[in-house]
Amino acid sequence: MPNSPRTPGVVSARLPDDVLAGNFADLHAPLDAHEAMVAADRCYFCYDAPCINACPTAIDIPLFIRQIQAGSPEGAAKTILEQNILGGMCARVCPTETLCEEACVREAAEGKPVEIGALQRYATDTLMDKGIHPFTRAAVTGKRVAVVGAGPAGLSCAHRLAMKGHDVVIFDAREKPGGLNEYGIASYKTVDDFAQAEVEWLMKIGGIELRTGQRLGREIMLEELQAEFDAVFLGVGLAGVNALRAEGEEHAHVRDAVDFIAELRQARDLSQVPVGRDVVVIGGGMTAVDAAVQSKLLGAEHVTIVYRRTPEAMSASEEEQHLASSKGVRIITGAAPVRLTGGEYVTGVEFAYTEDGPDGLRLTGDTFSLKADVVLKAIGQHLDGAPGGLNLAGRKIAVEGPGRTSMAGVWAGGDCASGGDDLTVTAVAEGRDAAEDIHKSLMG
Amino acid sequence: MADLTTDFCGIKSPNPFWLASAPPTDKEYNVRRAFEAGWGGVVWKTLGEAGPPIVNVNGPRYGVVYGADRRVLGINNIELITDRPLEVNLEEIARVKKDFPDRAMVVSIMVPCEEQAWREILPRVEDTGCDGIELNFGCPHGMSERGMGSAVGQVPEYIQMVAEWCKAHTDLPVIVKLTPNITDIRYPARAAKAGGADAVSLINTVSSITSVDLDTMSPEPSIDGKGSHGGYCGPAVKPIALNMVAEIARDPETAGMPISGIGGVTTWRDAAEFLALGAGNVQVCTAAMVYGFGIIKELTAGLSGWMDDKGYTSVAQVSGRAVPNVTDWQYLNLNYVAKARIDQEACIKCGRCYAACEDTSHQAIALKPGRVFEVIDEECVACNLCVDVCPVENCITMEPLRAGEIDKRTGRVVEADYANWTTHPNNPAAVKAAE
Repeated sequence: MPNSPRTPGVVSARLPDDVLAGNFADLHAPLDAHEAMVAADRCYFCYDAPCINACPTAIDIPLFIRQIQAGSPEGAAKTILEQNILGGMCARVCPTETLCEEACVREAAEGKPVEIGALQRYATDTLMDKGIHPFTRAAVTGKRVAVVGAGPAGLSCAHRLAMKGHDVVIFDAREKPGGLNEYGIASYKTVDDFAQAEVEWLMKIGGIELRTGQRLGREIMLEELQAEFDAVFLGVGLAGVNALRAEGEEHAHVRDAVDFIAELRQARDLSQVPVGRDVVVIGGGMTAVDAAVQSKLLGAEHVTIVYRRTPEAMSASEEEQHLASSKGVRIITGAAPVRLTGGEYVTGVEFAYTEDGPDGLRLTGDTFSLKADVVLKAIGQHLDGAPGGLNLAGRKIAVEGPGRTSMAGVWAGGDCASGGDDLTVTAVAEGRDAAEDIHKSLMG
Repeated sequence: MADLTTDFCGIKSPNPFWLASAPPTDKEYNVRRAFEAGWGGVVWKTLGEAGPPIVNVNGPRYGVVYGADRRVLGINNIELITDRPLEVNLEEIARVKKDFPDRAMVVSIMVPCEEQAWREILPRVEDTGCDGIELNFGCPHGMSERGMGSAVGQVPEYIQMVAEWCKAHTDLPVIVKLTPNITDIRYPARAAKAGGADAVSLINTVSSITSVDLDTMSPEPSIDGKGSHGGYCGPAVKPIALNMVAEIARDPETAGMPISGIGGVTTWRDAAEFLALGAGNVQVCTAAMVYGFGIIKELTAGLSGWMDDKGYTSVAQVSGRAVPNVTDWQYLNLNYVAKARIDQEACIKCGRCYAACEDTSHQAIALKPGRVFEVIDEECVACNLCVDVCPVENCITMEPLRAGEIDKRTGRVVEADYANWTTHPNNPAAVKAAE
């Protein structure tokens, strides 16, 4: 008898294959040409447009939308990619409702912004589907730059450096490039292996060599890179996962949400991915939502996100929260885990409600328990093993201006560096800006 | 409820909305559908001489200009007059008129500029029981190459001559349809009047090429890689038509002559504007071709609702209401001073007013922190461009200064008296006030 959502324990194939395929299809279907024209017509071509200022990569949004209106989606794509080489991925994963689309004047006018993200995807998909890479390399400079981390920051930095004529070697710890684009984002946001397709497209610029399975501090050392290369960019992300600091974390089936998401992303066959019947996700960010929603889509009967503060304080946007609710995920706020119960395997989590006090958040005596056969921890990541000698700001690499670290010749950007929101689009901007600064320092 | 019945140069119709002579009125089938939908009248698509009918191209007849969201702003056509035998049309006209006796049935005619041709066709048209005829002196394409249509309409003497023939050979009311492809519409209108015509209708279509296919380098609409100019109509030509209607309405030589207003009438409001500028009724084509005959319900309901609101009880009361306010530039009050005002509550902060004023006008809008846009009275000439480009209706308005207030741009006190260019000190030809 096949499994169902009610099958006890952690099992795979809770849903038929066709249902799984439907559940993990594109979350938002791409705009077709007609839909894109209708959507583009709504743009007012604002002066000093608020959407541009709200975009961490400062894409000239009114210009690219006007190019779509005028029947030049490829030109629109170039406008986007000049500012954001991962414009295709950002069109899929950016929380546009808190960035460009929140700033759109039609949000103020009608509560319905221009669909900037969807239009950006239309433009970039059109260009990439044609296999066009609209940039060419400048004359080779002979300078060599090491980029550590093939995530959004590293890829963006590498592309810009290669375009300027420098030779780049990207080192990445994982088997595949892409960083969180490949391993850390819900499947339904980036279907059809888009992350790899985008990297392949990006590499068409030439002058970039990719070396995978290279971990900083193990296979490669910062000092060696500094000796071999003219400059080093660190975009290593946040590999460490924060602990719950609740009793009983050692039970089996208590795991990091990022690992669950990575496993799911790398799975060739979704019916082989095991998922619990009662899944509890602890945390309030995008990772928590991605893990919870995907658990539900795999067929878990009950999925609950528990977050210790208010819904407004969740770093997952309102739209993400709505998405979770619409898929049947229950969100409980204002509660934190006290203890995980069970034997070899986890069976439940005991929570205490929280309240704000003068010394910050504290647990009250008011408690409740949730049944759980899987607990996913999504309470944030931290920098794991920063190379010695680099100044830190909090738990991140301290940077000034365009990603300059405390060490001459070493730049950093993306989630591992101080400042900025931990968003794909922010990482792209930081990688790009660091590349410009590296170029200036190499050629100056 | 306002009475929409109209008597246009003796032709009665239950409402002032007629379908213009065009594809929608080419056949019995279409015209029956129009009357069933509620249209007040039709001008049957132009009939030509007896004998082998003209032929049309067998490819695209229409080209188009779109606004946002593919909204049709203008259509260009290269279709000629009816390509069906005269006898068939005449039989159909008679049948439809018989079944819809209360509707206006006007027949458009275009035959060569020879009296015999008119003398032959007019009695046959009259036999259908129709209510009037419209002389097609307007079509700018195809037929004009054969000395008809706008080729006649562009020569006032020909207009007068043909109008005289028609008045001589029929008792039906004669409406002369004018082409806008001339420099001064008053001359052909005067000629129509001189020829004894009962009314004029305008405008016919404007000579145009709508676009060029940049791959084939053919103008659109394209027939096997080549294009010919067509006639442009629809909302895009409405301003041209309104002006021409008003010019005829306020010309002392033609004042009082019934005018059937044509050109981009799409909503009741457009119709009311044509009426206000002197039209006695309106003819519609493009809107029906884009949206179908069902729009008649909005046209009649809208017009009658507005008339009720304003206390007008008949279409005749509306006709010409705005004509006294159409004047020459030289008589505009130069002591009238307005300033733009931006409603900050309504403003959505798009900055289009700022871009327009800063880049192309008078640098009279300040961009303040927080994207607050404010008018600089010292610079504002009240040109209205900010109002025009603002996407939010009534967010920016033009507020007149009161007499006694200071115009901060000129430093002068706003005067209560009317004063125009004819007496302005800067006018070398100014009439000096008596000493």
